[in-house]
Amino acid sequence: MTETLKQEKNSITQDKSDVLLEVEGLKKYFPVKAGLLQKTVGHIKAVDDVSFAIKKGETFGLVGESGCGKSTTGRTLIRLYEPTDGKILFEGKDISGLNEKQLKPYRKDIQMVFQDPYSSLNPRKTVGTILEEPFRVHKLYSKAERKERVEHLLEKVGLNPDLRNRYPHEFSGGQRQRIGIARALTLNPKLIIGDEPVSALDVSIQSQVLNIMDDLQKDFGLTYLFIAHDLGVVKHISDRIGVMYLGRMMEVAPKRELYSNPLHPYTQALLSAVPKSHPSEVKKERIILKGDVPSPSNPPTGCVFHTRCPKAMDHCKVEVPKLQELEPGHFVACHLYN
Amino acid sequence: MGKPENNVIQQQSDQTLGKRRSLLSIIVAKFMQNKLAVFGLFTLAIIITACVLAPWIAPHDPNFQNLRNRLAPPGPEFWLGTDHLGRDLFSRLLHGGQVSLTVGFVAMLGAVSIGTTIGAIAGFFGGRVDAFLMRLVDVIISFPNIFLLITLVAVLEPSMEILILVFALLSWTGTSRLVRGEFLTLKNREFVLAARTIGMSNTRIIFGQILPSAMGPVIVAATLAVGGFILAESTLSFLGLGIQPPRASWGNMLTYSQSVTIFRTAVWYPTFPGLMILITVLCFNFIGDGLRDALDPRVVEK
Amino acid sequence: MTTYIIRRLIMMIPILIGISILSFAIMYAAPGKPTVLNLDPDISVEDRERQMERLGLNDPAHIQYLRWMGNVLQGDLGNSFTRKQPVTQLIMDRLPNTIILMVVSTFLAVIIAIPFGVLSATRQYSKLDYGVTFTSFIGLATPNFWLGLMLIMVFSVQLGWTPVGGVSTLGSEFNLLDRIHHIILPAFVLATADMAGLTRYTRSSMLEVINQDYIRTARAKGFRERTVVYKHGLRNGLIPIITIFGLMLPTFIGGSVVVETLFSWPGIGKLFIDATFERDYPVIMAITMFAAVLTVIGNLIADILYAIMDPRIEY
Repeated sequence: MTETLKQEKNSITQDKSDVLLEVEGLKKYFPVKAGLLQKTVGHIKAVDDVSFAIKKGETFGLVGESGCGKSTTGRTLIRLYEPTDGKILFEGKDISGLNEKQLKPYRKDIQMVFQDPYSSLNPRKTVGTILEEPFRVHKLYSKAERKERVEHLLEKVGLNPDLRNRYPHEFSGGQRQRIGIARALTLNPKLIIGDEPVSALDVSIQSQVLNIMDDLQKDFGLTYLFIAHDLGVVKHISDRIGVMYLGRMMEVAPKRELYSNPLHPYTQALLSAVPKSHPSEVKKERIILKGDVPSPSNPPTGCVFHTRCPKAMDHCKVEVPKLQELEPGHFVACHLYN
Repeated sequence: MGKPENNVIQQQSDQTLGKRRSLLSIIVAKFMQNKLAVFGLFTLAIIITACVLAPWIAPHDPNFQNLRNRLAPPGPEFWLGTDHLGRDLFSRLLHGGQVSLTVGFVAMLGAVSIGTTIGAIAGFFGGRVDAFLMRLVDVIISFPNIFLLITLVAVLEPSMEILILVFALLSWTGTSRLVRGEFLTLKNREFVLAARTIGMSNTRIIFGQILPSAMGPVIVAATLAVGGFILAESTLSFLGLGIQPPRASWGNMLTYSQSVTIFRTAVWYPTFPGLMILITVLCFNFIGDGLRDALDPRVVEK
Repeated sequence: MTTYIIRRLIMMIPILIGISILSFAIMYAAPGKPTVLNLDPDISVEDRERQMERLGLNDPAHIQYLRWMGNVLQGDLGNSFTRKQPVTQLIMDRLPNTIILMVVSTFLAVIIAIPFGVLSATRQYSKLDYGVTFTSFIGLATPNFWLGLMLIMVFSVQLGWTPVGGVSTLGSEFNLLDRIHHIILPAFVLATADMAGLTRYTRSSMLEVINQDYIRTARAKGFRERTVVYKHGLRNGLIPIITIFGLMLPTFIGGSVVVETLFSWPGIGKLFIDATFERDYPVIMAITMFAAVLTVIGNLIADILYAIMDPRIEY
């Protein structure tokens, strides 16, 4: 394992100053309780030994089916969950073991946009109050300045600043999600984790929100970790993409490289499911995966994907494939390339 | 949702800025639609005002005994008649109401505060804390309230203060379960997670974020609880284990009405205090029911 | 299912221990430490001290608790202060009266509440439905003891139809009619303690069933409305109601305190109130614990019935 890490580190993080967030061997296990005394009988390995790095100013897309651990990864990075093991290096400093008090300064730097615009805003508070809360928690600015900043932010996400006295229930889903984005921006963060920020929205509104996020990235010099469940959405916004399956990272590559030359059979299957965006595109043959995703409480031995992999070999059932760099910046965890 | 959203926003802000409805006004409007609830609120307001103003509006001294007037029927002198010691029933009802309503309200405040705090802690922190607190709730709930109430009141010597204390200490369990349930669902809502990602402290999340959303069912339960405490007070006082004479309460006024002579010749005496309890509790239940509908989050959200 | 019942039984243990600790704590903290016996106020301080020492009343609280608990587990609840009789004996003497009262009350509650609940549901929004709903509102707001007073006033005193109290006419031979004559009022008053709740519960349970697809299917097949409601609906609608019986137990046992006092019914509730005024702590504690244990058992029965009744729930 350490070998893989080293390889990855060497290539992606040659220039350390370039990296904003680096994740090393991150694990998040949830205990499973059962029986008369509710003893812990096992663990759900939601995130199992995941490593990657995000460079300043880029958008890193994290993709996988529901239940693959991508959201858990995001939530563990922002320390909503306690990591079971591994390091989370933000600007070179490990924040995985910090307590809430030590974490407070970092809370300003890493923010999150949530999936469900209906539950991510407190229904009892006005939009203005919701957006001012971060200032109050961190004791920033005077009352007048706060108001001014809130209005500015609302404008930035394309909402009328006069609406700040309204309650969330008076807005549509797309508008709510813009408010969620504005909240994530209040503290001038460096990194924003988007936890499937558009998957709950109508398709017509998805692209508007994506465009806003794109504009804001340029205006504020933001770095994004963009979590999504299909490759279609991340295609537009991402610079590099990581593909997760059952708690593990299968493939990491620059966007163009991943779409043109997917190496992992799982990535290939995912790509074949993306609808073509232009009639001139050659229709790829759809790869249908057999079976269901196995339970993360009892993942398959060896490569976790071998139960569904069309190219599985005997060896895959025994040994866990390591994430290795096949081409510059293109990592894959698959025995096919050994 | 065919139009570009920006237009929609613009239209909305132009049209509705003047006549938008706050959450509170929606709740009030919904409550006012429920006729029984409005009736309850109105009647209760009259009862409470009359009881509070008892020293000024009561026509007689509630404790003045005049054996010549004993068991006098309702009339111009004694509006609702007199009791077995010739005391004016109407005046005693007003003064007794002060006691009964005070017990009801203060005990409710105590029980709701304890229940909310314990339920919030159990629901928010979960794990062992939750398991311990909920077992405690199970133990307290296992005692049929009246036995434990009577035992405690008897051990501690009955008085209004003891009654309130014992009610509050034994009756918070329902609220705590309610609040715990609300916290369990709310603490994983994304707006709570969002509050954590901005570095908000647990105390602030519990009291500033989750509790306001959890208060709807608590307010309903609290309203119903006042009625429940008034019933409990009257029962204990009736049994001689609550408010002690000569101080009047709606319950202890009935204690001495149990006699064949009174039942035969002075029906007003046992009737009116009971009616007062019935009407007051009924009002609280009507209001509680109205609040339940008005505070229903499904209605408010839409 | 078996594991569920076992787990439920194991969960009872800490609750029962908690109940016993709370009961003991109240008795221990009561003025004059009346834990085991009633001391004659006239005896000298030394005698008193010697007595206390002999009876172990100077031991630390937890030792006293364990000793007391040991006795309780062997069925020895101590002796009554005022009646100089074993508490177990006192309770056993009065238990049958309370049981009879509770059985008759349950019967009355069921035959009144369930039909009204069903009718109210099948004729939702009718005048009858509003009437039933309003009456249950009134019922919930009426103090049980006052309803008893009013009924005694009207039926026993004014009309002279029923006796004022007691189990049977004093000095008479056993006579079933005489017994029924005596029990009808107290049993009715006790039954009202849960009647409003039971009616509402029946109504909502029936409504839920009536609105389900298979009822609509039965209706669409052209069955008569009566057949639909009573054959298809009732059976499924009443299942959840059975579970409520477990929960009625504590209400009735609590209600018996008031009703038995009101009607001079020589049962556990009356014994409890008498003991309270006499400061007869062993009796008070024994009945409180007894009632608590019954409540726990009632809840257990309700939970288990519910688990058996509803095949959708897995354990």
